[in-house]
Amino acid sequence: MVEFALPKNSKITGGKTWPKPVGATETREFKVYRWNPDDGKNPGIDTYHIDINDCGPMVLDGLIWIKNHIDPTLTFRRSCREGVCGSCAMNIDGQNTLACTKSMHDVKDGAVKVNPLPHQPVVKDLVPDLTNFYAQYASIEPWLKTTTPTPQKEWRQSHEDREKLDGLYECILCACCSTSCPSYWWNSDRYLGPAALLQANRWVKDSRDEATGERLDNLEDPFRLYRCHTIMNCAKACPKGLNPAEAIAELKLKLVERQI
Amino acid sequence: MQPANPSKPPMTARIERPLSPHLQTYRWTLTMALSIVHRATGVALYFGTLLLAWWLIAAASGPGAYANVQAFTGSIIGKLIVFGYTWALMHHLLSGLRHLVWDLGYGFKASEREAMTWGALIGGVSLTVLVWIAAYAIGGGR
Repeated sequence: MVEFALPKNSKITGGKTWPKPVGATETREFKVYRWNPDDGKNPGIDTYHIDINDCGPMVLDGLIWIKNHIDPTLTFRRSCREGVCGSCAMNIDGQNTLACTKSMHDVKDGAVKVNPLPHQPVVKDLVPDLTNFYAQYASIEPWLKTTTPTPQKEWRQSHEDREKLDGLYECILCACCSTSCPSYWWNSDRYLGPAALLQANRWVKDSRDEATGERLDNLEDPFRLYRCHTIMNCAKACPKGLNPAEAIAELKLKLVERQI
Repeated sequence: MQPANPSKPPMTARIERPLSPHLQTYRWTLTMALSIVHRATGVALYFGTLLLAWWLIAAASGPGAYANVQAFTGSIIGKLIVFGYTWALMHHLLSGLRHLVWDLGYGFKASEREAMTWGALIGGVSLTVLVWIAAYAIGGGR
């Protein structure tokens, strides 16, 4: 449902400004979304100043510096710190990306603004609840489906057929694309969103898969697939440089092609 | 087995979680803005079509009714509305062509995507101005 304003309990009110680090010669301001499930207050924006001469260049380095030196209660997900795992996806400077591959020095004007992935329920601070996102991924049945007997060795694939999966298999399911999409914001209960649809296309295009028709049937729906209005935020947000919008267009084309 | 503690809420109690900010924080992108403009111009065209229908019906009804329409569209407000309608039509046309190209599976590269979107925006405004220049040159703005 389209609702432009945030619900009452989600409105951002106040926030704390933490003291500047003592003895730092160069600092950078971070404005970070905070919400604590235990204090019964609305979310707020806390202001921190990090010592950039004592800190790595990425936004994730900054968040870790805050957690280590200023405020150990700051909560966020992170793991690999090199753009492989997708854990630290968040909204930085108004765009969804990975905190570990986004340099704080690329944020031009003023403070580095950090928010959780948009239009998701918040577990705490920068941690969104992605249960629905993962359930949608499961709904496209992301595994090889075959009817012919399993071969003695592996399922074989030509080099050309394998290349068709380029630009699709690299997806790390960080949810940057889906949560950047206004159509997904308004209809995430019924629209699968760019990430799940890119994955759907990955299995439709796999030469070894034998359930293409069934997969396309599952997508032929005014909401699940056709809520994509080519707004293109997904393609701009993807930190791996993939193009979910194009993958969705390919699915739409396949649905038309099989009728003619 | 431990007895249940009645003063402690059960682990399954639902916490009312806030919704993270969306439109409030997301940086506007050109394609995002033009997506909503495409929708808005589409809606505006419905009203513009009413204006067109009024004009046609009046033309069929006789000189009196036609003069009424002319008086309205000749006024400042009338001209502004017709100018807006012209732009809505031109913009929606070009933006629609852009969507057609995407639906055919082309124009997804970042450079193509942005060029087509700027093209629809600038092209829509330019065509509108051209149509009005032509209208004034041929019909004298009547």
